[in-house]
Amino acid sequence: MKKDIILAGVGGQGILSIATVIGDAAINEGLFIKQAEVHGMSQRGGDVQSNLRISSEPIASDLIPKGGCDLIISMEPMEALRYLPYLSKDGWIVTASEPFVNIPNYPEIECIRQELSSLAHVISLDIDAIARDAGNPRGANIVLLGACAHLLGIPEEKLMDGIRRIFSRKGEDVVNANLYAFEAGRRSIS
Amino acid sequence: MALKKMLLGDEAIAVGAVNAGISGVYSYPGTPSTEITEYIQSMPLAVKRKIHTDWCVNEKTAMEAALGVSYVGKRSLVCMKHVGMNVCADAFVNSVIAGANGGIVVVAADDPSMHSSQNEQDSRFYGQFAFAPVLEPSSQQEAYDMMRYGFELSEKYHTTVLLRVTTRMAHSRAVVDVAEDAEASADIRYPETPASWVLLPANSKRQYPVVLERYKQMETEGEEGVWNRYFEGKDKSLGIIACGIGYNYVRENVGNNSPWPILKISQYPVPRKLIRKMAQECGCLLIVEDGQPFLEEQIRGILSGGCKIKGRLSGELPRTGELTPDSLRKALGMSPLETYPASETVVPRPPALCQGCGHRSVYEALNDVLKDYPDSKVFSDIGCYTLGYLPPFRAIHSTIDMGASITMAKGASDAGQYPAVAVIGDSTFTHSGMTGLLDAVNANSDIVVIISDNLTTGMTGGQDSAGTGRIESICRGIGVNPEHLKVVVPLPKNMDEIRRTIKEELDYHGLSVIIPRRECIQTARRHAKEKKNQ
Repeated sequence: MKKDIILAGVGGQGILSIATVIGDAAINEGLFIKQAEVHGMSQRGGDVQSNLRISSEPIASDLIPKGGCDLIISMEPMEALRYLPYLSKDGWIVTASEPFVNIPNYPEIECIRQELSSLAHVISLDIDAIARDAGNPRGANIVLLGACAHLLGIPEEKLMDGIRRIFSRKGEDVVNANLYAFEAGRRSIS
Repeated sequence: MALKKMLLGDEAIAVGAVNAGISGVYSYPGTPSTEITEYIQSMPLAVKRKIHTDWCVNEKTAMEAALGVSYVGKRSLVCMKHVGMNVCADAFVNSVIAGANGGIVVVAADDPSMHSSQNEQDSRFYGQFAFAPVLEPSSQQEAYDMMRYGFELSEKYHTTVLLRVTTRMAHSRAVVDVAEDAEASADIRYPETPASWVLLPANSKRQYPVVLERYKQMETEGEEGVWNRYFEGKDKSLGIIACGIGYNYVRENVGNNSPWPILKISQYPVPRKLIRKMAQECGCLLIVEDGQPFLEEQIRGILSGGCKIKGRLSGELPRTGELTPDSLRKALGMSPLETYPASETVVPRPPALCQGCGHRSVYEALNDVLKDYPDSKVFSDIGCYTLGYLPPFRAIHSTIDMGASITMAKGASDAGQYPAVAVIGDSTFTHSGMTGLLDAVNANSDIVVIISDNLTTGMTGGQDSAGTGRIESICRGIGVNPEHLKVVVPLPKNMDEIRRTIKEELDYHGLSVIIPRRECIQTARRHAKEKKNQ
């Protein structure tokens, strides 16, 4: 088993929380993991990504090679496209559909949507709306996690255990809100 | 019994150091090194043992305080980003001549590709320059394990030890086996050769051959030890020498059963014996190192012809920037994996000052006022406010190194520039701006110094700033005329007052200091949250 995942977004959108849950579940499955993160200057509203590698065998590189990425999980549609040269020909993109515009020259959203829909394996969803409907407006990242759960090679129940462990220190209400968000994301694509 | 922990490279270093029984960590924040000290601050054992973890004013004071710890026989860790090595270089280089008593390990976190830095200097040069051994881990586990070894090495050879990581090692997580128990911290024990700590020429002359001899011994120790490893391979048409994290990118491409011999280097002095062995076996060497071609240049000197050397200098690997599995793939002659072309729709998304940040109001006001002074130059510094260079502000004309804003403005003014404005943050001011301000006071330079005070070290995530609450008194103590020392609050409602203050001080032909003060909105949010949770 081997999954190379790029998590993408804009500084402050919470991509590392997604990585933390997947990482926790992977470790509890006895898998090897490497996770390269972005800290520092880019976190000030710039583009950020994390390379998350999960494997049943030891992992050498902290970085995913170009063409080796199985899955791009993105909190923002343009950011999903930024990492196309890393995506394997059989790879998937699971992305938020709504743009985060904090630059004056943000491209026409229709161009981005068209380019995304021209690719073979793309799931695009309005994670903010789904999170609101699920009663957890701050859980958009966990909605996204739910939407890509079937592509991670980790049983969904184990991911939910990860959510329970990661959010447990914030109390039962937060755990449940995130479990609802996960479930809402999962349902939205079935 | 080992515990399994998912740790950043920086965090692995932190746990390794605490488990090696350090009495203190001495650091100034700087990406990608900051998380080492922050992690130690969060460790219950560090709190229980009262390990020193407060941030230092700069890397030089950090290095010197750690030397004091070493003098009295205890272990200390010093952490900084690569350019911090420039700041502490005087103390670092001379510490090696004095020789450690208690173990002292300096961590320099280099930033190839300049993700958050102004250059990509390679700290291994400092190690060699100072005759200090350098450790360069290739995994988070090695980063952890090397801390205990590093302190032992330091005490065995009486030397400062440099541990060099790059951004990717610092900021990547993996599972690390860590010991459940930590070594006890040492008791006070003074140096056996006290004269070596007094670097009068007579003492230094005696000490210098000692330094060179132990450097030779450490080369042998590295050649025979576990960190440098020679992996045999059947195909002798190529030998691969891979340093630190570069080793991982080699393995990513050749797997565990490489046809070619591989020499992994994670400890310096450069293990010349192992390199000569590989050169005798192989007709061609590929040198893989993240950072500058430190080793490649030397290998050309170590080997006397006959062997073809490939690397960053010869162009097989890119001359600049971070190594990647892709650059290695190309250098090894392997074809790229099939993928998609880069999107033509995507545009860059550079970092920006946060909405609501006080620096924004400062630059808005400054730009408004300077419209009437078309010849004005704004010398800035290192911090969030460096982003004032980017649109929409385009407000600054220089950023060179910590503290250079005030001194460059002074120099430009000396040379006839008017108006000359310096923009510096509070933490950078106490790091390296205060001494330059004294120069400006002594000359009564015709400059306006704006100390944009957000009460924290913002860019690195909001660490304590050394002069918080005392910036005015520091300025007065240095000798700034109180009549030209102004404090304003950078809020949109105060823009008229800020503009008026800047204009008045520009028109005053002497030294002025303006302190716009408002808490960083990131730390303000965090503090509000902490208060709510109490």
